[in-house]
Amino acid sequence: MKVAITSTGNGPENKIDSRFGRCSYFAIYDTEINSTEYIPNPNKESVEGAGPAAVEFIASRGVKKVISGEFGAKVKPIFDQLCIQLVVLNDPEKSISDIISLLNQ
Amino acid sequence: MARPKRIRRVTNPPHYKGFRPIGVSENAHPVVLNYEEYEAIRLNDFELYNQLTASQIMGVSRPTYTRIYEAARRKVAQAFVNGQPIIFEGGKVYFDSDWYKCNTCGCYFNHPEKNKELSKCALCGSSTIGQVPDNHDHEIEDVCVCPWCGKEKINTHGTICLEETCPDCNCKMIRKVNIG
Repeated sequence: MKVAITSTGNGPENKIDSRFGRCSYFAIYDTEINSTEYIPNPNKESVEGAGPAAVEFIASRGVKKVISGEFGAKVKPIFDQLCIQLVVLNDPEKSISDIISLLNQ
Repeated sequence: MARPKRIRRVTNPPHYKGFRPIGVSENAHPVVLNYEEYEAIRLNDFELYNQLTASQIMGVSRPTYTRIYEAARRKVAQAFVNGQPIIFEGGKVYFDSDWYKCNTCGCYFNHPEKNKELSKCALCGSSTIGQVPDNHDHEIEDVCVCPWCGKEKINTHGTICLEETCPDCNCKMIRKVNIG
């Protein structure tokens, strides 16, 4: 299963980005092969509609779970429709590697 | 212009696309059942809620719910009698799922795949989870307004504004048009 984590940078030591639509990077972690891919968010500088565009971007990668600090009001119905699980983590100090180790527990 | 339709809340969409009758030719014209109509049948005939409760769950008024349910039953009957396939598609809906909280790692998560049982946290895998109570964000709130003095009053579900009287000037109230 693929899990997307919003990240502030492109390495495992970087911290989780508290915003979903305008995060810097998406860390896409594959639980089966235990590998992480860092993709820059193409919609970071969008004036409007960054959230739904990010949903589309993530869904096209086959992600089934998304971890972020916060989700906007527009994205939850779209995620529900696509059967993608949302996880809200209110801890801006957690790094990507911390979250991956939590997932593997 | 007519008032826009209120967006219906669907908490449990079907996880398949529709039904096909056995033993008829494949090219029968399908009946399109909207998601809101599916949800109306599910709430009323499967979960056995009454229409008032079901309308509150879907975030529409009780008469509107009855209209949706009526349309749903007619479509199902039409498909049964004529041997037409049923397809779930469209409707003015949004999908919603409930939130859960993990007491071990402190995260919040939802559970969109309703057909699977939820037993552990989506992040740390512990079983110390609890449901976050619904804060009724989407609860329908109709307001009655007095046409003379402008006094407003929240309308309770199941009553109509024309039956309410204004406490100040004792005249009949009317429904305030609010577009949700």
